[in-house]
Amino acid sequence: MLTILFDGIAYGLLLFILAVGLSITLGLMNFINLAHGAFAMAGGYITVVMVNRLGLSFFWSLPAAFIITAALGAFLERTLYVRLYDKSHLDQVLFSLGLIFMSVAAVDYFMGANQQIVNLPPSLDGRLQLFGASIGYYRLFVIILCSLLTIALQLVLTKTRFGSQLRASVDDQRVARGLGIDVSRIFALTFAMGSGLAGLGGALATPFFNIDPTFPLKYMIYFLIVIAVGGTTTIIGPFFSALLLGVADIAGKYYVPAIGGFIIYTIMVAVLIFRPQGLFGRVTSR
Amino acid sequence: MTSVIADTPIASAGPGAHLVARARWRWPEVLLWLFAIALIWIAPSRYLLFNEIAILALLALSIDLVLGYAGIVTLGQGAFFGLGAYTAGLMAKHGMGTFPWSDPVLGLIGAALVAGFIGFLSSFLVLRGSDLTRLMVTLGVALIVQELGNKLEWITGGADGLQGVLPAPILGLFDFDIYGRNAYLYSLCTLFVLFVIARALVNSPFGLSLRAIKGNVTRARAIGIPVERRLVVIYTVGAAYAGIAGALLAQTTQFVSLDVLSFERSADALLILVFGGVGTLYGALIGAIAFKAMYDVLASATPEYWGFWLGLALVLLVLFARGGIMGLLRALQERFARPRAERT
Repeated sequence: MLTILFDGIAYGLLLFILAVGLSITLGLMNFINLAHGAFAMAGGYITVVMVNRLGLSFFWSLPAAFIITAALGAFLERTLYVRLYDKSHLDQVLFSLGLIFMSVAAVDYFMGANQQIVNLPPSLDGRLQLFGASIGYYRLFVIILCSLLTIALQLVLTKTRFGSQLRASVDDQRVARGLGIDVSRIFALTFAMGSGLAGLGGALATPFFNIDPTFPLKYMIYFLIVIAVGGTTTIIGPFFSALLLGVADIAGKYYVPAIGGFIIYTIMVAVLIFRPQGLFGRVTSR
Repeated sequence: MTSVIADTPIASAGPGAHLVARARWRWPEVLLWLFAIALIWIAPSRYLLFNEIAILALLALSIDLVLGYAGIVTLGQGAFFGLGAYTAGLMAKHGMGTFPWSDPVLGLIGAALVAGFIGFLSSFLVLRGSDLTRLMVTLGVALIVQELGNKLEWITGGADGLQGVLPAPILGLFDFDIYGRNAYLYSLCTLFVLFVIARALVNSPFGLSLRAIKGNVTRARAIGIPVERRLVVIYTVGAAYAGIAGALLAQTTQFVSLDVLSFERSADALLILVFGGVGTLYGALIGAIAFKAMYDVLASATPEYWGFWLGLALVLLVLFARGGIMGLLRALQERFARPRAERT
């Protein structure tokens, strides 16, 4: 019981780190970026290459995954995404689907279609017995790291100048622009940060899921659920919805495996029916 | 689109005349259909491919009704396709190849009813919210249906697929031959009938009210269009169309696998429509032809990297060629039509 709760929390926090970038870009630019998972996959494969092929430490691969995917995100934002902000949602969906297909095929080409397994460093392998629950060291590591990241993110958003500019832009882009905030620069930075976090999340997720090229498609729906349930106006909403989703998914698959797959989809559809703005979202007049 | 009104003198004859003019058949359309029939003699060895194209075109057509005319962004049309495929497959299987239940045409009707009913129920979910909500709801419904297909193994055969689908001869007269000629003709006829219905539908006052909704919901509501009811109707019709497409696949390939419910199929059909051109009906047909032709060339060399080319085509299309093939054709037509109009 406690073990499941613990695994669920680890999974939920991971989902939050993976999806938070999507939440912010969606809230800020009203841009539907289905290809967000592709950045997570990039992070995962950076880990695979660094640990398995180059023999570097897993701990080094985490910051590398963050920096490289953030750079990749910034590059794609400036060259491609920036052209699509004023296009229709259909165009954005098609464009990001196209990016997904390309990334899936490209990874398949360079890394092969089979699942990649990353071996954990010995210091993170093993389990700990606590209050009758069996807790994997790696899960504990994920929980601590993701919690620290979440706190850091929240501090950046609420306490720094950049954070207030970002929140102002999310609330009302036009007024923010009118006040002299360089919204497109803010957005490029945020996009890079969101991509980097997705990459880091992908790197952290690899020992859990054993990454393969279909990752962006498989997990796309999970990211969307986090956003749908959590809303896009804060990061607290996605945080709780990711935790909820993580625990519900793990518990559902464990206790009622026959219908485990339905639970999360049903939750999503139910939330969308009764609270289209998300469980934690505010009703905006836009 | 507005130029049609200006170009035709009968536009001034009355409010309905504009619709009548648009509903008139033009010679390129007739040629296209004649060509589709002529393919039987032109390329007798490729019936299977043509059959697939016809089915994909029908699925894309169903999306065009929903997306191109009513503006509902959907990623879940595969759910209705799969429901139709399983309905027709099960009817054929348990009818034991005899008349009432295994009859293919009855199978189509059954598939349309089942898919249409589920479409009707889920349309109420789609009514709510923004594009993003719709996207997720359609995707969520598709995933639930896919999971159901996987879990209800005793009905669907699960991952092994539904085997022993043996439809009776079409209307008791034409057997499905091993070359697939009758299968192609059957799919083509079905596509044609449904296409004509769709064509009449979008050129009716009902179709115009859909366009008004797509253009601006608030304005449509203000001029008295019952927005919710219209969207429910078109979503249901779209679902029934997709169901029939699925039924055609089940009957002509005599097999149903879980693959019919996959996300890739919904995405492919959406891409086909966008390739061809959204909101034109013919975009669905031309897109399906172009898609399969592209697939034939690119995927025969390296099937596993087909996705890359597909993705690249999509990205380029969104960035540079918004109207799809129909958009390009229309631009060409306008370029050639203008000088001629000036001369007369």
